[in-house]
Amino acid sequence: MKIGTIQELLHAELLCCEEELNREVFSACGSDMMSDVLAYVKDQAVLLTGLVNPQVIRTAEMMDMKCIVFVRSKRPNSEMIALARDSGIVLLATEMRLYEACGILYSNGLVGNKVAT
Amino acid sequence: MNGQLTFHFDVDGSDFTSAGQASVQVKKDLRQLGLSPEIIRRVSIAMYEGEINMVIHAGGGTADVVVTEEEIEIILTDHGPGIRDIAQAMQEGFSTAPDNIRSLGFGAGMGLPNMKRYTDHMDIQSEVGVGTVVTMRVSIPK
Repeated sequence: MKIGTIQELLHAELLCCEEELNREVFSACGSDMMSDVLAYVKDQAVLLTGLVNPQVIRTAEMMDMKCIVFVRSKRPNSEMIALARDSGIVLLATEMRLYEACGILYSNGLVGNKVAT
Repeated sequence: MNGQLTFHFDVDGSDFTSAGQASVQVKKDLRQLGLSPEIIRRVSIAMYEGEINMVIHAGGGTADVVVTEEEIEIILTDHGPGIRDIAQAMQEGFSTAPDNIRSLGFGAGMGLPNMKRYTDHMDIQSEVGVGTVVTMRVSIPK
């Protein structure tokens, strides 16, 4: 699925890295706990989260993720947007809740991966 | 690459939001050395978790990274309160982090287990009231 399609499906606002919207991604995960993302996620390119602080961007950077979707109308500040832009990570913001946003992406073919062991 | 490359960072313990800056920089430096993405990811995740730990528990510290042809070594040194029971601290889910850290997305008791999981070798030397030195190594496949 293209990141641009994620933006359309979630009626999301694009906050940075428009040039990456054509990038294909193959899996996603949803979590507000970055420790769990660092522990269990493997090869997932999209992070959906309701958590808003710079560690979300750094966690995605460490995991080589390509896109972060902020749910529940959460908005990152300019410092976070600058960090993401520096790493080429697309930031999207949607009004949807985490469960709904994950469900829409999953039912449109963007599945999760097995838990890494 | 001949010999070894070393990187040194001071980790500021006063501001949680800036934690991880050293790990982001190391990731960029390792990319420039042309190492495989998988090796870079393992090193940077392990170091990031360690950096977060130093900020949450120890008021910061130092991070040293040594890159040779065979391996990458990460040494995290702090002068925090020390770890009273290392075996307990290594258990997944055990955490002494305060609630405000959990609301920031950390403190789930996964940091040290993650650091062990992503590295080939991890050693913790800690003395209560003195500080902690965590040494991690990731081997570079030939």
